[in-house]
Amino acid sequence: MSYVQPSTPGTKGDVTTKNGTQSWFYTDTVKDHFFNPRNFMHEDANSDDYNAVGKVGSPACGDELRVWMKVGPETEKILDFRWKTFGCGSAIASTSMCSVMVTENGGMTLTEARGLKPQDIMERLGGLPSRKFHCSVLCDKALRDAINDYYRRAGQFDKMIVEATRVIDPVSKVTDHDIEEAVLEGATTVEAVQAKTKVGVGNPSVLPAVEELIRFYREKYFGAESK
Amino acid sequence: MHRHVYLDHAATTPLDSRVREAMRPYEEEAFGNPSSFHTAGKRAKDAIDGARKRIADLLSARPDEILFTSGGTESDNLAILGFARAHREHGKHLITTTFEHQAVLEAMTHLEKSGKAGSGSAGKEGFEVTRVSVDAQGLVDPEEVRRALRSDTILVSVMAANNEIGTLQPIAEIGNLIRKERGTRAYPVFHTDACQAAGAINLNVEKLHVDLLTFNGPKIYGPKGIGALYVKRGLKLQPLQFGGAQERGIRPGTENVAGIIGLAAAFEIAQAEREAESARLLPLRDRLIAGILKHIPKTRLNGHPTKRLPNNVNISFMDLEGEALLLYLDAKGVYASTGSACTSASLDPSHVILALGMPYEVAHGSMRFTLGHATTEEDIDYVLEVLPPLVEKLRSISPVRVDEKYFA
Ligand code: FES
Repeated sequence: MSYVQPSTPGTKGDVTTKNGTQSWFYTDTVKDHFFNPRNFMHEDANSDDYNAVGKVGSPACGDELRVWMKVGPETEKILDFRWKTFGCGSAIASTSMCSVMVTENGGMTLTEARGLKPQDIMERLGGLPSRKFHCSVLCDKALRDAINDYYRRAGQFDKMIVEATRVIDPVSKVTDHDIEEAVLEGATTVEAVQAKTKVGVGNPSVLPAVEELIRFYREKYFGAESK
Repeated sequence: MHRHVYLDHAATTPLDSRVREAMRPYEEEAFGNPSSFHTAGKRAKDAIDGARKRIADLLSARPDEILFTSGGTESDNLAILGFARAHREHGKHLITTTFEHQAVLEAMTHLEKSGKAGSGSAGKEGFEVTRVSVDAQGLVDPEEVRRALRSDTILVSVMAANNEIGTLQPIAEIGNLIRKERGTRAYPVFHTDACQAAGAINLNVEKLHVDLLTFNGPKIYGPKGIGALYVKRGLKLQPLQFGGAQERGIRPGTENVAGIIGLAAAFEIAQAEREAESARLLPLRDRLIAGILKHIPKTRLNGHPTKRLPNNVNISFMDLEGEALLLYLDAKGVYASTGSACTSASLDPSHVILALGMPYEVAHGSMRFTLGHATTEEDIDYVLEVLPPLVEKLRSISPVRVDEKYFA
């Protein structure tokens, strides 16, 4: 199945870009979570009630997301998951959905939660417009950050997974992480990624590696069938 | 059922029924091609000539100084690309502002970029562009424009009213200083994009001291797909398209007859009713501004409080993101627009709010409400009633706290 909601040329969708060239729709589930967000962190809540926190900023559009998590020490299950976000409708809806998914049916174990992918959240939402994928990735990353934080606080450093960045092109200093972001923003060809990151400009020998990474991230986030 | 309050007139206005009436004969029976020699063609040609004359009169221009185009974007592109390319051997420096419409900014960037070394087409166009910054209130200082002038400056473009924050620019003053600097020389010439201002200010080109002026139909209750460019007599433009003698060969292509008739009618109505409509809108605009600033904490008016279009309200709501607020308002039947990055195709926030020296988050939380013919006091009060709880709700789920200096 494809999680991509059609984006419509022109101005017929729920939201239209400022220049009026693109518009997009949100599914009823997205709207439900957007208008009635679940599990957000209340103003008067005490952060001491939580034993892990996570934070992520989106370099794509400057948004920010924070999560608070309560993990059962024995079971390593997520008992409570709260969040706050400075982001668009998709960011709010996907974070809300993510919070439901990790806590429903008694809660996911941290290992299970690490297996949660942005496209799982998108699937439960009934899809997101393609230009909004990066919003669902925000909460996925914040969740991972919080899981690491839990292990850090528990002294289980061996269980932390740090995603190291690797410089792909020493000339432009572009990292694998930069390429990941570019793919999430919709650049799915070498040319498009180059336009965003300048990777391999003046250093074409790195382009095969770049192509490999684009394929990897495309499959990771959008599934094998994505074009 | 709740109200429907359309507050996005800067994006586009509905077609005025009087304009539709004026256009109807040309959409129905008078389908002749103005270039044909038969009676139907003659009738279409006469209608275009009449419209051109009426528009010229309102601008204090001559009919042969009016070109019809497909809209504001084309008029801006034609003014900038067409003028710069036709006069490249006289100088390669252009001036504009940091908060212009993209139709101007991107045309300028195109002229600049395609000549940059390493772009693969080095030396092809090779223009240099100075983008004059605007002050924190969204006004261009004519002195800044003067300081940017060089001996090789051939063109200056400054918009008459900004499309996002509605600030009115001192066009006559800038035009006057350019004319003085120019003296007996032919350069620089002065272009203004008056699309947003066409329903609000007098567009007498003599008084504004402009050489090129853009305006279009869809911002003044006229039809979409039609625009005009005033080109001072004697100014040469290089066409952007080829294949006919229409519009003196500068803008060939079969004329959009009904559109032209509609543009003339809309422009006439807009200019005739401008003062009365402005007087009606001003208190509504100020009621909305004052109501928001007073009842919703952590808000800021973007753009000068009085030197702005009578229908423009642009407010940044701190700590929240504009698309989310836009959708919440939409669910209440209020239609506005936002400068948030999340709604822009490029994921960049409003370049206009950033040009005011505001940080990213302030641009992100900016909302534009633009009033129009149908807007009533009840509409404004309805917005003031539904808005505060929505803002509060979004703030309660936001982790961001914008620095006080941006709204206090
Ligand atoms: S958070 Fe900015 S586009 Fe979704």
